Amino acid sequence: MKVRSQISMVFHLDKCIGCHTCSVACKNLWTDRKGAEYMWWNNVETKPGTGYPFRWEDQKDYNGGWIKKGSKIELKGSSKLQAFKNIFHNPNLPVMDDYYEPWTYKYEDLINSPEQDTQPTARPVSMVTGEYIDIKGGPNWDDDLSGSEEFAKNDPNLDRMTAEEKEGLFNLQRMVMMYLPRICNHCLNPSCLASCPSGAIYKRGEDGIVLINQDACRGWRMCVSACPYKKTFYNWETGKSEKCILCFPRLEVGEVPACMHSCVGRIRYLGVLLYDQDQIEKVAHMEEGQLIDGQINAILNPFDPEVIKAAKESGLADSMIEAAQKSPVYKWVKEWKVALPLHAEYRTLPMLFYVPPLLPIMGNISENGYDNSNHTYFTSIEKSRLPIQYLASLFGCGDEGKVRDVLKKLMAVRIFRREESVGDQSKAWVQKALSEVGLDEKTANAIFKLTSMCTFEERFVIPPSHREMAIEMTKMVLEAKGETGFGTSQKPERI
Amino acid sequence: MSDQLLFSIFPYVAVIVSVIVTIVRYRYQKFKFSSLSSQFLEGKNLFWGSVPWHIGILVVLLGHFVAFLIPQQILAFNSVPARLVLLEVTGLAMALLALVGLVLLIYRRLNNKRIQAVTTTSDYVVLVVLLVQVISGIMIAVGYRWGSNWFASSMVPYLRSLFLLKPNIGFIASMPWVVKIHILNAFVFIMLIPFTRFVHFLVVPFQYVNRPWQIVRWNWDPSKSRKLKGE
Repeated sequence: MKVRSQISMVFHLDKCIGCHTCSVACKNLWTDRKGAEYMWWNNVETKPGTGYPFRWEDQKDYNGGWIKKGSKIELKGSSKLQAFKNIFHNPNLPVMDDYYEPWTYKYEDLINSPEQDTQPTARPVSMVTGEYIDIKGGPNWDDDLSGSEEFAKNDPNLDRMTAEEKEGLFNLQRMVMMYLPRICNHCLNPSCLASCPSGAIYKRGEDGIVLINQDACRGWRMCVSACPYKKTFYNWETGKSEKCILCFPRLEVGEVPACMHSCVGRIRYLGVLLYDQDQIEKVAHMEEGQLIDGQINAILNPFDPEVIKAAKESGLADSMIEAAQKSPVYKWVKEWKVALPLHAEYRTLPMLFYVPPLLPIMGNISENGYDNSNHTYFTSIEKSRLPIQYLASLFGCGDEGKVRDVLKKLMAVRIFRREESVGDQSKAWVQKALSEVGLDEKTANAIFKLTSMCTFEERFVIPPSHREMAIEMTKMVLEAKGETGFGTSQKPERI
Repeated sequence: MSDQLLFSIFPYVAVIVSVIVTIVRYRYQKFKFSSLSSQFLEGKNLFWGSVPWHIGILVVLLGHFVAFLIPQQILAFNSVPARLVLLEVTGLAMALLALVGLVLLIYRRLNNKRIQAVTTTSDYVVLVVLLVQVISGIMIAVGYRWGSNWFASSMVPYLRSLFLLKPNIGFIASMPWVVKIHILNAFVFIMLIPFTRFVHFLVVPFQYVNRPWQIVRWNWDPSKSRKLKGE
């Protein structure tokens, strides 16, 4: 057992209000530059919808992620040798029009306009060419547009659904939507990394953050097409690829990533997961139906003395193990098993997990409102307005059972809390609901607390980055004391 | 005298400048080493330009290189007329393929507004140098037959003399002007490598074939820590 640590995330979709504060915080910090205007390292999509870039989930078109061929997995887009052929022209690369052409407005026209009968206007101009453009699309063009012909109906996740289910989804009375905030998943088996011919992309050993070395990137742009989540971006100005860095400069000083810190709905959780590195290859090769279980099994229990011992032998700091024990992500993903990875079928082992939303499912039921009748607990899930198959396509590799199990747990917690706070349910009935999904009162309360009453410190548990140990590898710590401290290792001596 | 300057001094200047600037830039300006791909801004026309261009020019370059390394064997190979014709036709076809690609690339660069937005002077220089080289090369192939033969017998000795630091321009003094342009422009090209996007072929990622799929890097590798080693 080779224990590794990964800073991992959970997004609780029931709490997402789709306000895009995360996206704006990220943009202001990292992508407000020439060549990067079109990049949204963090974005929030309305689902059903096509997302950003257009239909990114359609791997028949983009050929992202891994694919199992026989007993081996391969990059879907290109083998290593094909990469040399595709280097002149990558057939799978999304182009700017698949995202959008960034624009601004000619605001000075508002001020400089001569006196005239009509109001002056600020016309949109392209931030690439500087010329006037007719805006045909942009980030979140389909924001809140559930049921639209152009966007919602082109959602690749609908492919898994029956004609009947699809029809129901676009019936005006049953129309439904949810938000899907996305950042880089900082995968355990990243296909962007595997596809990089220059070897510029790497996973950090300490915290599993996947980064692109800007000095080593040569702009062969294989990572852009290989990432099935389309979360690496090509900077058209610098000729280098860029991606979410999980705000590592903030994490290293104990600050929370900007998107998470600014989250209005407080949907985001961040913490350490310990996993067994030896398992990665095995899990990535599993059958599609076992991928999610395999990945969750590879996550280790940080309270298990065996694991702690192995972690120490693998060189993990005590503070890292402690952070793993306090990790909210561990609770959601492994302890309570209510958070699932997004599109695990891409086989990259994404380390961002989602608690699927109960709300669009609950909201419907029947004309009579919520079904609180005593004969059954979970009818609302079975008769859901948003077909479970849709959520299963996102979070369950198509397996409805995976999503249903989670939703039932969340539902049971609601029934339990309803009894606790309103007291209009029978105790025995509530107990039965809990036991049916394998929860006890204590756990149900813990889920409730971490969902709605959590503090900042409970949502974000950041391990110290131990830079002193990095120094220690090359020299004695005391030697480093006399150095300048301005990012250079040269001593402040006069010539 | 001008021949002396252009063909026995300039080549050394070009190569020395190229090597030194390449090393300096690779050490201190690694960020500038990029293919500067514009596929993201325009993807369709690039295919019809970039792919024929690269395939054509790589085969032609390979031909020059092989002829430089093994001139005797090339002459022997060419002793059968059918082989000679095959070699010449292949070379010419590849050069024409490269020319078609290059023209399409130039057209694309001049006519696409998005591409124009990322076009710099150095891009124009690159295109002009390449165009001169390919056109002069094709003119030589068409106008002065059986280049694969006389390259081996006349050009290789000159290049070798350069290589051995005893430049002997006797071989090329009587060459037609188009051949001289071709040679001169080749050294201009070499000199320009570190100053332009030509750097991309210095960093062709051959290492990709052998590297493992995943790369993990440590700020501090626990196994190398003094404490864990008991120091």
